[in-house]
Amino acid sequence: METVDTPTKTEVLTTNTNKRITGAEAVVNILLEEGVDLIFGYPGGAIMPVYDSLYDYQDKIHHVLARHEQGATHAAQGYARASGKVGVCLATSGPGATNLITGLADAQIDSTPLVCITGQVPSALLGSDAFQETDVIGISMPVTKWNFQVTRAEEIPGALAKAFYIARSGRPGPVLVDITKDAQFQEFDFSYEKCTSVRSYIPTPKLDISTIDKAAELINNAKRPFIVFGQGVILGNAEAEFKTFIEKTGIPSAWTIMGLSALETDHPLNVGMLGMHGNYGPNLLTNECDVLIAIGMRFDDRVTGNLSKYAKQAKVIHLEIDPAEIDKNVKTDVAVLGDCKESLSQLVKKVNPASHKIWLNRFRECDKIENEKVIQNELYPKADKLSMGEVIRIINEKTNGDAILVTDVGQHQMVACRYTKFTQSKSNITSGGLGTMGFGLPAGLGAALGAPDRTVVAVIGDGGLQMTIQEFATIYQTQAKVKVLLLNNEFLGMVRQWQQLFFDKRYSSTEMINPDFQTIAKGYFIPTNKVTDRDELEDAIAAFIDHDGAYFLEVMVGKENNVFPMVPSGSGVAEIRLE
Amino acid sequence: MEKQEFTIMAYTEDQVGLLQRITIIFTKRKINIESFTASESEMDGIYRFTIAVTETEELVAKVVKQIEKQVEVHKAAYFKKPEVVQQELALYKIHTETLTNGLDVERIVREHSARFLTIEKEFVVIEKAGYRREAFALFEELKPFGIKEFVLSGRVAVARNEHSIGQELIDLTEIPQ
Repeated sequence: METVDTPTKTEVLTTNTNKRITGAEAVVNILLEEGVDLIFGYPGGAIMPVYDSLYDYQDKIHHVLARHEQGATHAAQGYARASGKVGVCLATSGPGATNLITGLADAQIDSTPLVCITGQVPSALLGSDAFQETDVIGISMPVTKWNFQVTRAEEIPGALAKAFYIARSGRPGPVLVDITKDAQFQEFDFSYEKCTSVRSYIPTPKLDISTIDKAAELINNAKRPFIVFGQGVILGNAEAEFKTFIEKTGIPSAWTIMGLSALETDHPLNVGMLGMHGNYGPNLLTNECDVLIAIGMRFDDRVTGNLSKYAKQAKVIHLEIDPAEIDKNVKTDVAVLGDCKESLSQLVKKVNPASHKIWLNRFRECDKIENEKVIQNELYPKADKLSMGEVIRIINEKTNGDAILVTDVGQHQMVACRYTKFTQSKSNITSGGLGTMGFGLPAGLGAALGAPDRTVVAVIGDGGLQMTIQEFATIYQTQAKVKVLLLNNEFLGMVRQWQQLFFDKRYSSTEMINPDFQTIAKGYFIPTNKVTDRDELEDAIAAFIDHDGAYFLEVMVGKENNVFPMVPSGSGVAEIRLE
Repeated sequence: MEKQEFTIMAYTEDQVGLLQRITIIFTKRKINIESFTASESEMDGIYRFTIAVTETEELVAKVVKQIEKQVEVHKAAYFKKPEVVQQELALYKIHTETLTNGLDVERIVREHSARFLTIEKEFVVIEKAGYRREAFALFEELKPFGIKEFVLSGRVAVARNEHSIGQELIDLTEIPQ
């Protein structure tokens, strides 16, 4: 018989100390053991025991009350990506759980570590269509790295230990643990040990040095090598190794949208962004390089365009942590499996110092063309109407590129990602893979809480803002210092652009008759301003950036502006259009 | 690339929902699973899935990597038809009186290397192990006698090479789950 003693409520339990507590108290103790001090969630019937337990730990765990569970997940994503920690979400059963799904799917496709804990109806009612019952394990299975249903309190420590380990290890991702209400109430002998391995799971494949040798040989013999890098560099904390590698080899390097900020924008070897609305040079010259070196990226179709016209002339080297990404979209000649921090440290020893001046110059020539045809006009428009690009240009001037950029999805996202300057890593938070409108506002608030010492600018369009606009209340309640920039073109701009270019200007359901966003922001007690004229813009942005606290700035921009360059869907990357 | 018959094998933990997690990988790509068999394996506490599909090798290779990526999957691999020894099991239920009206049924059963699993007063059950086409060949011959029930199991298969893909997992079974 184990000793039965009730721990004082504020005591943090140490590993392996058996205490008799409830499942709900165990959940909170485990969060503390895992170093969690901030969580996002929304209470409800089936998760009430955990919320009751949280009440005793308010000094140690700050619970952010989102206004919708989807908001909680995106806020947790923003928090995770700004801080490098695991984001934690709490929700109740049924609708609470189903509202998590979009955030889980977003985190899954963008490899963001999340631990979501949902309440579930009592185990005796499982499968009976009980009030607020939903099969969240079944529903979340395709959009989680791992999930598990707990029906007995004793399972909680093991399940949550695994959850944190799986979420953060290897290629990170979201996990979900569903806990029945009776398991939350049940008392048991609690002890906790962090998980350090799961016998069926290899988070990081062991680096095979022979692959490094083969990669080095290709790189050393390359005449026109080209690096395409993604978020793997950031997730692997390999920014320094990456920079050393490119500087030694002198290889022009382009980032994917998820790789933004892994290298400073102004680095001489940074040749810009890949993808549908990326830069001209990296898209065009993908089809002229002789060795393509992909690092921590997954050849998303928005990056490759038509695969049958993608880099067919090149030998492909792929540095990747997830074996399932090898040959998934682009056939690889040399796959270097492993954590890119280690792979790059090994690879850098085997490559010869080089510079590829003539080749690099090709990118710079392309930049000149793009600058003349697109960029100048976007950043310094001659038209009366404000452009999104000039707003971003002024923000760069005010922040010196030190801000965290959070974006929603659409034209503003492409413009902001194209023109924002980055000087440090973990500064770009966007919904890259899933393209989730409504991501920006909650992710911005999460980022502000995850990186309280940094300026966080959330750039959002008028469509996406209205998908999670309720999170203004969360911003007000938490006093998160997020600067919300609305680029308002009174259209679902990206869809409208496609309608203009590919659907004969038939603007089907893309014009927005909007509410007065100023009144809305005021209603949430957020300081606000609106700009329609160019002469007010600079001062307004200065006030926006300098304000100590949350701020809402609305800028009215040209209604029918388009984002260029563009690789039309179905085209090859070299068929990139400048106008 | 031509579609052909493949057998996918996966060694896994015994985990509620893992079957669903694996089938989702096929559903996502709209691949039809011809049969799916879950069973014990040669190792204590390690389970084994045997999945039969007809697809291109390129797609099967991708699917297998995505199966192996699942946290509770130890190892997955795919095999072409000549690379495995495979069997399916068929059961046929027919009226007992068909046996008393001549020797045809007994002869057919013998010729097909099938056997009577049970002979009851009202019905008999015939069992046939073999390839799918053999099971259907017997079905066709028994059809005129009236088949009351017929069922065919999923494919089970072992690799023709000396070592199983689970070989490297043996040490793992020492580690608690």
